[in-house]
Amino acid sequence: MINKTYKKLALTGGAAAAEALRQIEPEVMPIYPITPQTPIIETYAKFQADGMVDTEIIKVESEHSAMSAAVGASVAGARTVTATSSQGLALMNEVLYIASGLRLPILMVVSARALSAPINIHGDHLDVMGARDAGWLQLFSENAQEVYDKTIIGMKLAEKVNLPIMVIMDGFNTSHSVENLETLETEVVKKFVGEREAINPLLDTSNPVSYGPVALQNSYFEFRIDQEKATLDAKEEYEKIAKDYEKISGRHYALFEEYRTEDAEKILVLTGSAAGTAKVVVDHLCDKGEKVGILKINLFRPFPHEEIAAVLKNAQEIIVMDRAQSIGTKPPFYTEIISSLYQAGEAKDVKSYVYGLGGRDIFQKQIEDVFMGKVDGQYLNK
Amino acid sequence: MKYHKDIFEIIFFARGGQGAKTAAEIIAQAATGEGKFVQAFPNFGPERSGAPTKTYLRLSDSPIRTHEPVIDPDVVVVLDDTLIDSQDVTFNLDKKEALVINTTMSEHEIREKIVNISKAAYEGQIYAVDASGISLEVVGQPRPNTVILGKFIQVTEAVKLESVILEFRKIFEAKIGKENCEKNVLAIEKAYDTI
Repeated sequence: MINKTYKKLALTGGAAAAEALRQIEPEVMPIYPITPQTPIIETYAKFQADGMVDTEIIKVESEHSAMSAAVGASVAGARTVTATSSQGLALMNEVLYIASGLRLPILMVVSARALSAPINIHGDHLDVMGARDAGWLQLFSENAQEVYDKTIIGMKLAEKVNLPIMVIMDGFNTSHSVENLETLETEVVKKFVGEREAINPLLDTSNPVSYGPVALQNSYFEFRIDQEKATLDAKEEYEKIAKDYEKISGRHYALFEEYRTEDAEKILVLTGSAAGTAKVVVDHLCDKGEKVGILKINLFRPFPHEEIAAVLKNAQEIIVMDRAQSIGTKPPFYTEIISSLYQAGEAKDVKSYVYGLGGRDIFQKQIEDVFMGKVDGQYLNK
Repeated sequence: MKYHKDIFEIIFFARGGQGAKTAAEIIAQAATGEGKFVQAFPNFGPERSGAPTKTYLRLSDSPIRTHEPVIDPDVVVVLDDTLIDSQDVTFNLDKKEALVINTTMSEHEIREKIVNISKAAYEGQIYAVDASGISLEVVGQPRPNTVILGKFIQVTEAVKLESVILEFRKIFEAKIGKENCEKNVLAIEKAYDTI
């Protein structure tokens, strides 16, 4: 049954994440500030100070410590969340692998931002792409509504599959923009996410367990195989949870969003806030008789290769826009899409463009030019 | 004057610290309260106290999906009139569109300054209001950011005056006290009533 007593609010993406977290009410939240993520933990800390939530906030001295504390809390059996951006995510890097290797369902909201050097505090996807092999699930959001919804979906998914998840929004473009969203009643959210049922929590002293063992040549390999299988299986769980979420919210988030892809001759693949901008362009071009559509990535890890190939194989032209580079090779989304098509036996020409690095604006006109083949080179930096 | 475009787009020109973001967010919250769809975001440049800033605001009857900066505004609001000496504030502002500016300058002076920067005569409307003066007189402090909203609403009818006052009270009553809050409300109403 759809919950009809929703409230329409106007919040920034950061505040939308904090609102979802308030309703989820995690038990532990280790925090360390970094732009453009800070409004999330700041807002949440205010909820806690006002007595609206019963969460143990641990103020640590670095992001490395924040993720380490999150690992400790999650191992103990607590529902654990944190948030970060950019250099903070980079500093967490070694502990990210520990969180996923220990199969800990930590939720981390990431306000995605450029990496130094040169210093830049603005949005792009370099930070989260740097963590794409860390064994975390990664879920992208287009706007404040999706940030709110996917924080709730992400919490439930992580705890269902016992893997950590990053819920990602575009730094500034989404985290600092006021947009409308509908929220659910707190009881509805609490019922949806339920309680964490930790497997073998460290603090269950009547059933003592040991965490973080050595696994050498005789077993490390098998641990990694198991972890990979669990991650790939998370795709199906995501779909189930997204369907359940639709029942309470009326909003559905498939593995990816298809926007006017039916009969589309040209399909543009992208994610984040630029996908909203691109939808306006698609409507405009379709009105003029062009057959264009969008495939917007929601779940990036695990990557839904087969499902994406099944949509893209019908297109005559495929275009991929990345908000990151993978210096020394081709951009991340592009290589995934090429791989999806090749695995499906559909070798097609795919165009690759990079946009928005370090917060560079992207305009509707540029995306229109991309569709119409009017862009020289691979960078949308003009 | 009423606008019937799908999305009504506004740019606020100000200086860092003048509260343009707060002003845009008050309108956004007020419009949300009226059931409209909104989007408000600053131009994410380096924010330094006193440096020129731009804040974007969109209002619509249907959901807003684009995230590009506003490039073709329907209305421009200028909080600090010294900005028109350096910023092309009327860029893409057409004949039927409007500039709302906090100033004591005459319309003639404003138009001359605009020509100096944009190299073309501005043919749109100009609505000048001494928001700083009203604020100083009524509130006792030169805080034009919310006062100018009175003029903005009078000119555009984008949201109702009551909605803005309601939102102002919601945000500021606890922060600045009932007495100060009501003085500010009075200043907004005074700007709304100017000719």
